[in-house]
Amino acid sequence: MIDGLAGFLEGVVRTATPLALAALGETVTERSGVINIGLEGSIIAGALAAVIGAAHGGVWGGFAFGGISGAVVAAIFAFFAVILRADQIISGTAVTLLALGGTGTLYRLIYGSAGAALDTPTMSNTVVPLLSRIPLIGAPLFAQPSITYVLYALIPIVAWWMYRTHAGLALRATGENPASAIAAGVRAKRVQFMAVLFGGVLGGISGATLVLAQAGTFVEGMSAGRGFIAIAIVVLGRWNPTGAALAALIFGAASALQYYFQAAGSDLPYQLFLAFPYVLTLVALAVTRGRTSAPGALGQQELERS
Amino acid sequence: MSDVALELASITKAFGRLAALKSASLVARRGTVHALLGENGAGKTTLMRIAFGMLQPDSGTILVNGVVSSFATPADAMASGISMVHQHFTLVPAMTVAENIALGGRGLYDPSRTREAISALAMRTGLPIDPSARVGELAAGAQQRVEILKALSHEPRVLILDEPTAVLTPAEAQDLLHKAREIVSSGGTAILITHKLRDALEFADDITVLRRGATVWTGPAADASEEILISAMLGGEHFKAITNNVGTGAMHLQPGMKERGRAGEVVMTLREVGVRDAMGVDRLSSVTMTVRAGEIVGIAAVEGNGQHELLRLLAGRMKPTTGEIKIPETVGFIPEDRQRDALIQDFSLRDNVALHGSGARRGLLDWTAIRAATKRLMLDYDVRARDERVRARTLSGGNQQKFVVGREIDGSSAALVAENPSRGLDVQAASAVHARLVAARSAGMAVVIFSSDLDEVLSLADRIMVVYAGHVSETTGGHESIGRAMLGARSE
Amino acid sequence: MTQLLPFLIDMLVHATPLIIAGLAVAIAFRAGIWNIGADGQFIAGATAAAWVGVSAPAAIGWLALPIAIIAGAIAGGTWAAIAAWLRSRYGVLEVISTIMLNFIATYGASYLVRGPLQEPTHVFPQTSTIGIGAQMPVLVAGTRLHWGFVVAIVLAIIAWWVMKHSAAGFTIRASGMNPFAAASAGLIDVPRVTTVAFTISGAIAGIAGAIEVSGVTFALYENISPGYGYTAIAVALLAGLNPLGVIGTGILFGGLEAAASTMQRNAGIPATTASVIEAIVILAVIGAAQLRTRRTATAT
Repeated sequence: MIDGLAGFLEGVVRTATPLALAALGETVTERSGVINIGLEGSIIAGALAAVIGAAHGGVWGGFAFGGISGAVVAAIFAFFAVILRADQIISGTAVTLLALGGTGTLYRLIYGSAGAALDTPTMSNTVVPLLSRIPLIGAPLFAQPSITYVLYALIPIVAWWMYRTHAGLALRATGENPASAIAAGVRAKRVQFMAVLFGGVLGGISGATLVLAQAGTFVEGMSAGRGFIAIAIVVLGRWNPTGAALAALIFGAASALQYYFQAAGSDLPYQLFLAFPYVLTLVALAVTRGRTSAPGALGQQELERS
Repeated sequence: MSDVALELASITKAFGRLAALKSASLVARRGTVHALLGENGAGKTTLMRIAFGMLQPDSGTILVNGVVSSFATPADAMASGISMVHQHFTLVPAMTVAENIALGGRGLYDPSRTREAISALAMRTGLPIDPSARVGELAAGAQQRVEILKALSHEPRVLILDEPTAVLTPAEAQDLLHKAREIVSSGGTAILITHKLRDALEFADDITVLRRGATVWTGPAADASEEILISAMLGGEHFKAITNNVGTGAMHLQPGMKERGRAGEVVMTLREVGVRDAMGVDRLSSVTMTVRAGEIVGIAAVEGNGQHELLRLLAGRMKPTTGEIKIPETVGFIPEDRQRDALIQDFSLRDNVALHGSGARRGLLDWTAIRAATKRLMLDYDVRARDERVRARTLSGGNQQKFVVGREIDGSSAALVAENPSRGLDVQAASAVHARLVAARSAGMAVVIFSSDLDEVLSLADRIMVVYAGHVSETTGGHESIGRAMLGARSE
Repeated sequence: MTQLLPFLIDMLVHATPLIIAGLAVAIAFRAGIWNIGADGQFIAGATAAAWVGVSAPAAIGWLALPIAIIAGAIAGGTWAAIAAWLRSRYGVLEVISTIMLNFIATYGASYLVRGPLQEPTHVFPQTSTIGIGAQMPVLVAGTRLHWGFVVAIVLAIIAWWVMKHSAAGFTIRASGMNPFAAASAGLIDVPRVTTVAFTISGAIAGIAGAIEVSGVTFALYENISPGYGYTAIAVALLAGLNPLGVIGTGILFGGLEAAASTMQRNAGIPATTASVIEAIVILAVIGAAQLRTRRTATAT
């Protein structure tokens, strides 16, 4: 039973890792006042790029190429939403379509209809000495692929950066009230652009994680809505790095539960578990009265109200 | 080193077809207070926003210490030692005082050290503040202090103050202007944007007057007098006809315009009305008042005393929390922010006429009739636009306001509520709007007018109600006694 | 030439759900509501119609078809109404809530076609074929083109007329363009108007789903919508949110999708290229619009 539970928890952390990476990036993006629905596009681009990158530069080459591709997709979104000040929702939807279609097309052009070679190098689990011996949670938390440890490090770094640096202050002020931030000498457009780019890098790495630490290959549309799930996680995590990590675990648990119950031959429909986090997000949004904790200018098209 | 801290030479700036600045110049000497005077809409704020990098000039030169400079953003201007205290607060309400003041810095942010630094600065400048308070929870005066501390924290060599006394009580305002003098005495330069002659004459070393986007007078305050400044601000030809927003004394309206209205039957009644806002604060308490047909009731109040809610109650745009209210079914309403609240900028003029009362309309729209009504309105109220199909956005501020006034008067025969109806308008447009409001009164409408400018209220109103801290009382007398009532002083 | 007619038919078949869902998006966007949930509302409508289609007694004959479509409208409207209610009651951003509801609808339909509504042999994840009475009659004999296309055109004309000439349509446009002025100058009950418009938008998307089931698929599948709700955004935007324009852009994108699947079969060009083109169209439209407003920017 304990073994089963540890296995389940291990699965929770594994499924939560790419979600938390993407959500961490989106948290920073949204704190600048920009909601990037195109995050899904960064994730899928990162996934395809990881296959290509890993073939030439190994696992870390795959992550690097994945992050860069995620940033490129985010830069397209930022060009429209931040530079031209087009509507964020529409720009994001278009960028998602672009990346989903573009990766599908590129994939077929590069690999033909046979699909990707199955020899993509993958990342095996790294067992952390001592920590992994902690009863119950040791193995699930500390016998994971290295990218999970990168995530562990990023969460406090991003939180520290957000609350203990002037750049973080500028980020939060831009998201709350861009006109005021500008008047105080903040280059709000640049802040938003960089915040979107950062979200794109983490989105790309999230996609690379799907390939390099999980599936071992690329499948068309394999992001499977994780960009949107990440946006839900940001909301559930109340726009905080730590909150995002915890909320990602809830989503991870929901999909891990699904496998668990299917394996156990339960009669409970697995879709219930898959749908649960979305229902939870809606309920959480409603009970926290919607946007009270959201950045004040989230989704606002113009920096200065006319 | 140059003895001139900041020079703006022949600055021009147009917004679309509207020329906001045409050859505006200003020379601020080191160690002086420089007053920038002008009517509303003369271009004072636009010029200073250019000096602070918030706007870029179409042509002209900015010199800092004699060196030609150009600012793409406020960050650039601040790097050159220029800070600005804005008329409308530019603070982030959701953040603390410390965070607001630290905003725009570089490197690590250490909250406790920032708080200490602010406390020290507050002590030094005599502007007390709690650095860990959330800005959104502070009163207007305290927010103003945060604004000033924020500007001073950059140790500017040039400090621009845009109408800094507008939201302050007279005592606070005096205090602030003395502070500005102290800053200057330590080698800095202060530029004070104002439309109050007395402040300029009393506190400034030099004065520059803008009219319609151009510098029309500049020189030492010692060489100026009220007479000289007024004629510079208004231009010789308008001086005798109408003066508006000067803030020195009574406003003169055209002869015969202000005959006392013959008040008729009661049109609007409030009985023991109270309004409590979402935060649980009482904005208005037990207000009882009436407005009769054929009179103009003027509302006088300092910002934030409940007049905003009172006007919306009378206009039927807000429901009272307690008490009883009786108003006509449709009340015309000219809100202060017409760009946002009265017009749909991207709708045509015709659509904006259709907008009036559309919430109560059912069935189909009679576009032929609406178009005819729009054309008639444009003719009757001298709204200058190519035709009724142009978007509201393309009209000048004055034409927009004439359009709104016309629509609201024509659409509602019994009652009209106007809030700062001449704000941002030039002299002619303002007087046209005033004439319309008086004519509506004479035609038997019950009219309520609020203006931040007491002189405008005094010149138009038949009766005056003062709103102070949510209480409304009828007040008689002149500028002095009403001004005292606005500040809550008991009449002797 | 022998290729052309099948292509045109295919184009209009693809265009039908896109026009209707495009109308749904156009109305919502006009009302200032970022309804990204047309996909979920489409699925809800398809599900309701499929349920009516398989369970309606044969005795009611052709009456099953209008009932199925009305059921689709109610289901889609209800699905949107959840987001509308969350928005008006709790201030929840509809962008987020509609995306959540898309997922919930997808998993809900997945559950139904593998559970209570699964076909009797329990082999395929889909419902049984709907009854003949609930099937949309064919418009051009011998082809797949059905009367749903005509319904789409009629809906577009009605939507255009209502938005332009009725007081209700005007209040929707005013509320979307400037809710402050709509409330203050128009005395419009903006929250009520947007809630109603949001629900109507969902109902129309639901009709799109119902017509897809009754005219094309004849059953509910797991992935009944290949992202129609997202393509509909491109359709609506390219039409400038004008319902009549949606007919044209819907046919254009229908042609694009028909061409994409033909080219994949014949020329090996991936069908996903269609979404790339859709995306470029959206970006070009909003980019051009922004550049235009930049240039004509006036005083603030």
